[in-house]
Amino acid sequence: MELQEFIQNFASQFDEIEPSIFNKDTIFKNLNEWSSLIALSIIAMVDEEYDVRLKGDDIKTAETIEDLYVLIKNKK
Amino acid sequence: MAYLTIKNVVIKGFSACVPKTIEENIDSPIFKSPEEAEKFISSTGVERRRIASNDTTTSDLCIIAAERLIENLQWEKSEIDCIIFVTQTPDYILPATSCVIQNKLQLSEECYALDISLGCSGWVYGLSIIANLLATGIMKKGLLLVGDTTLKSTSPYDKSAWPLFGDAGTATALEFENNEQELDFHFACDGSGFDAIIIPEGGFRKMFSHDSLKYQQFEEGISRNGLQTILNGMDVFSFGISKAPESINKLLKKFQIDLERIDLFTFHQANLLMNEKIRKKLKLPSEKVLYSLKDFGNTSSATIPLTLITQAKKELETKHLNHIACGFGVGLSWGSVYFETNKIVVSDLMEI
Repeated sequence: MELQEFIQNFASQFDEIEPSIFNKDTIFKNLNEWSSLIALSIIAMVDEEYDVRLKGDDIKTAETIEDLYVLIKNKK
Repeated sequence: MAYLTIKNVVIKGFSACVPKTIEENIDSPIFKSPEEAEKFISSTGVERRRIASNDTTTSDLCIIAAERLIENLQWEKSEIDCIIFVTQTPDYILPATSCVIQNKLQLSEECYALDISLGCSGWVYGLSIIANLLATGIMKKGLLLVGDTTLKSTSPYDKSAWPLFGDAGTATALEFENNEQELDFHFACDGSGFDAIIIPEGGFRKMFSHDSLKYQQFEEGISRNGLQTILNGMDVFSFGISKAPESINKLLKKFQIDLERIDLFTFHQANLLMNEKIRKKLKLPSEKVLYSLKDFGNTSSATIPLTLITQAKKELETKHLNHIACGFGVGLSWGSVYFETNKIVVSDLMEI
């Protein structure tokens, strides 16, 4: 599991924001397009790509994309 | 290993009753803007739902469904040996609503009546109980009554729950019959997720108090009091997309069921995003997977029979069909079942 690839997968859940805007330090809940529905598609993407079951609390605790990446890595 | 096989019990018919009142999500004041409503509808698949009036309970809906089904099956009420009522919206804290139903349906006093408290997985669990009761052949006919009026315990100021749920009551008729059909089940439960969907107060852990009625705002568009349903959408979503396909795969493996032989897949109608994810994980063709989310939303335990009735009436009435159904949700509790139907009775959808 690569951080760069994860950032790309993360970015592709958004329709309106340019993928190039996303980096490991992006505080994703501050993004305009962030919503509970995007959160669900992140959970689905993580299930599909990494076979990891994220919980609501995981999304709540993580601030940056890298936080979430580390969390997933630890669950694998 | 919670697997189960039951022989010599067949499903004879389905019926359902929904409230007349329709709420359109596109017009709902719960959303800030029409765009927000559209986004909600396209992700959840729920365009409109039925809402029970204050004086209509789940048992009222189930009784109307049951009366019509008994009539269509040409059963004598005196022949009905057992009723199981699966709901999380009973008429009273006590007595058990199944006893109230026995009287209202004017069934024999010689009737086994039981309430079961389960939601989204409830039809599958209820089916296993009633089929087991009938399997010895001493009791011969039974009614499985399943439904909820979830909106009664949902805050109209909670956009994470209110526009998703609908109210419905259903009846499934079963009979002892010596034949080749069998029912195969897989069941599971994970109580560590007990608070993923919960009404926190008004039970005996946190008893009703004055404070139970106080509305609290949790975020914009989400206010509710202690007697109303909390839905942790993210937890339920991640649970559903992992456990529903897993349960179906276990069922297929254990009972060596060939996926190609299945004519119809009916899943609990949670929301479109979750259900489509489950369908794709199982690599099922969309024409075999039924949906009723658009017009009825998530009707808790009623979704499986309601979906079959509203989406496959003609096929059920005219063909032999192999089915897989899967219920998953509040508990957390989930289960899958393989069953067959052979030209069964399906009553027209009732409204009250």
